[in-house]
Amino acid sequence: MDIGIVTFPGSNCDHDVYHVLKRVVGANARAVWHKDRLPAGLDAVVLPGGFSYGDYLRCGALARFSPVMEDVTGFASAGGPVVGICNGFQVLCESGLLPGVLLRNASLKFICQDVLVEVQGADTPVTTGLRGHRLRMPIAHAEGNYYADTETLDRLEGEGQVVFRYVGGAPNGSSRDIAGIAGGPRLNVVGLMPHPERASEGILGSTDGRRLFESLLGT
Amino acid sequence: MAKKVRVYVTLKRGVLDPQGSAVGRALRTMGYGEVEDVRLGKYIEMTLSDECSGAEGKLDEMCKRLLANTVIEDYRFEMG
Repeated sequence: MDIGIVTFPGSNCDHDVYHVLKRVVGANARAVWHKDRLPAGLDAVVLPGGFSYGDYLRCGALARFSPVMEDVTGFASAGGPVVGICNGFQVLCESGLLPGVLLRNASLKFICQDVLVEVQGADTPVTTGLRGHRLRMPIAHAEGNYYADTETLDRLEGEGQVVFRYVGGAPNGSSRDIAGIAGGPRLNVVGLMPHPERASEGILGSTDGRRLFESLLGT
Repeated sequence: MAKKVRVYVTLKRGVLDPQGSAVGRALRTMGYGEVEDVRLGKYIEMTLSDECSGAEGKLDEMCKRLLANTVIEDYRFEMG
């Protein structure tokens, strides 16, 4: 399975995702620079966390116009699995590949802690067979406060597009405790604030995140 | 003459503005009890080249596509 990991200027979780995909779950991980095109024949694309373009203007707003995003958009529209983690989620929202936007945390504080999220909604490339499971993964963000208008939120809930929800309340003020959503023609585009790549090996305290990558490899 | 443009990007009504609330609280703590509400936004200055035609349409497009996220923000601009 060939999975491309896009590096924008300011991405900082790209190597972690690469490591987990290649050495922990055994995928053929391929690093993709944001100015390049997506290599042909990819099975999935990951937009990793970090601070693309220094979060200038709004987080994720400038990465959207990186040359590679044209290919990512085409790949997603054709049903290809695209996973955005943290800043990657912000980029997906700014690109219009997922609805809504991630606002400053309600507390105005950068939050770095383990959270418990419940997998809900419809099956997606990273949540196949995981519905109802509670996963422990870390979050580390200042802008993770998911916002969309009520109509959009109702639609997301109705269509099973809310796929990760914080257990016991969102630490960042997210609407309806949303930690991650899915979209795209086959719910093939998934964005989430927690970092599964930081919870994929026992030495890091949790292996729950690995299950998302294992699901991706299984699709 | 190069055109000077001022763009104002503000949060839509109804979108929570924790930064504005914090600044409002600070002002009231300083004794400015008359402050009822504070909303923070962005102010962008731009210079357009002389040859720019249809500036208004282009600015509107720039705001929609990049400068503002219309899910949460409103924008307006002034020229000259």
